[in-house]
Amino acid sequence: MIENLIIFVLASFIGREVISKVPQTLHTPLMSGSNAISGITIVGALVVAGMVGDPWAMWIGVAALIFATINVVGGFLVTDRMLQMFKKKEQ
Amino acid sequence: MKQAIIDLSYLVSAILFIYGLKRLQSPATARQGNQLAALGMLVAVVATLFMQEILTPAQMLLGVVVGGGIGAIMARRVQMTGMPELVAAFNGFGGIASTLVAGAEIAHIMAIGEGMLGVVTAITIALSILIGTVTFTGSFVAFGKLSGRVSGNPISFPGMRLMTLLLVAAVVGGAAWMVIGAADFPVVADPVVLGALVVAGAALLLGILLVIPIGGADMPVVVALLNSYSGLAAAATGFVLDNTVLIVSGALVGASGLILTNIMCVAMNRSLLNVLVGGFGGDSGDTSTGAGPAADMGSVNSTTADDVAIMLAYASKVIFVPGYGMAVAQAQHAVRELAEELEKKGVDVRFAVHPVAGRMPGHMNVLLAEANVSYDKLFEMDEINGEFDTTDVAVVIGANDVVNPAARHDKASPIYGMPILNVDHAATSIVLKRSMRPGYAGIDNELFYNSNNQMLFGDAKESISNVVTEVKAL
Repeated sequence: MIENLIIFVLASFIGREVISKVPQTLHTPLMSGSNAISGITIVGALVVAGMVGDPWAMWIGVAALIFATINVVGGFLVTDRMLQMFKKKEQ
Repeated sequence: MKQAIIDLSYLVSAILFIYGLKRLQSPATARQGNQLAALGMLVAVVATLFMQEILTPAQMLLGVVVGGGIGAIMARRVQMTGMPELVAAFNGFGGIASTLVAGAEIAHIMAIGEGMLGVVTAITIALSILIGTVTFTGSFVAFGKLSGRVSGNPISFPGMRLMTLLLVAAVVGGAAWMVIGAADFPVVADPVVLGALVVAGAALLLGILLVIPIGGADMPVVVALLNSYSGLAAAATGFVLDNTVLIVSGALVGASGLILTNIMCVAMNRSLLNVLVGGFGGDSGDTSTGAGPAADMGSVNSTTADDVAIMLAYASKVIFVPGYGMAVAQAQHAVRELAEELEKKGVDVRFAVHPVAGRMPGHMNVLLAEANVSYDKLFEMDEINGEFDTTDVAVVIGANDVVNPAARHDKASPIYGMPILNVDHAATSIVLKRSMRPGYAGIDNELFYNSNNQMLFGDAKESISNVVTEVKAL
């Protein structure tokens, strides 16, 4: 538990360092991209949906899996769609 | 051994996420950064699938195909103007997923029938349900407001504060019930299950109550904050499952959302608390007491498209200041065409983007990128504010409060202290506007009455197209 807390705090600091340098131009893709990363709950959904036993646990897990996958797939795709529009034109 | 391989794969994912976010620091490398993050996600998913004892591949496939299909369709169909509501919806899906995973964990321990629920785990499950559910309903209220399905005006009713406090008490009570019942779980399952349901039910309403009092114009802050919550929800789920990659990714996203929330608050000169208490500005922009131009401010100069064309074509430096009104009028393509025509004539053309232009952080930049404006022409407020003094013409299109000089000196103004673009420092300013109606803060704009300001009234797209025609004819 304490280990997890340490990991959480250190990762927050890394996040702050990396993300505070992202320019305003890219804040919308940053939001949709980081949003897709928060879909990492998909891993949790896979774990609980795949666990032995209870049909309740499984079906709740499958529902979680669907929502998390929407988040992940949709988030990364829409971010990619936006970022490919950011071009520098030669004069 | 197996666990070590899983953990190392998760480490690879975490590194890919961090490195991917780092590549987002420049538009040139950003697309690759996003792809690296997506690869990180794939690594985490594949590692989980192969290494855990996954007994039900059919259900897995079902979940991934259905979810992936819906996500892909939403991502492909959305208009760039609709990006804020899409991000809000995705946040909401992430939140509900966290809640469900925590719920499934309870069901799982019950099914195994062994007492494995410690006090700490009970608290983390309660937290995961709370944050996930608040994110879920809060995001969908925000989605409704942003997409116009729910009124963008702040909604409040008598006793709302009291109700919020009661709901918070219910959450604490439900969580306490879970903690007390944890020792006897799962032999006596009711306290934990019912406690979790109380937390979820109260959080459901809490998410709604937290977002409805906030005006449409403040939604960018809320979406950024909910983005942060969705990260915290994932991290909380990581604590429940003792899963490092969830904790690391959740922390990264939580930090990202908080930074963006803070940037938006600073750009509006408001505290987060002030935004959350709400009641500031609807989306109709007519909250003002005296909506018309103030009598003592003098008169405005009105101009025509051909005059504007001449002024722009013979200028040496022009700065465009786009606001969300430009996107509403769908004028961004016409603006890009005008910028190109001017550059052909040797004019130095730039775009000044205020942090709150658009309806989410960085929204205006995406809208301009979609219209093919080169990103090296886009400047942030701090980069360009010194440039207005040497600018011949500043053209304001669909922006209002962010160029109001009253923010600098009028202590009575509701936007006093808000950082603005120094459009009034340019030799001449031109404001494109439909009418003299005030902006969302409901206040009159001093800029319009300056002697060196000219108003070009009408639909922004039509006006700009007329100017383009005139410039071409010169």
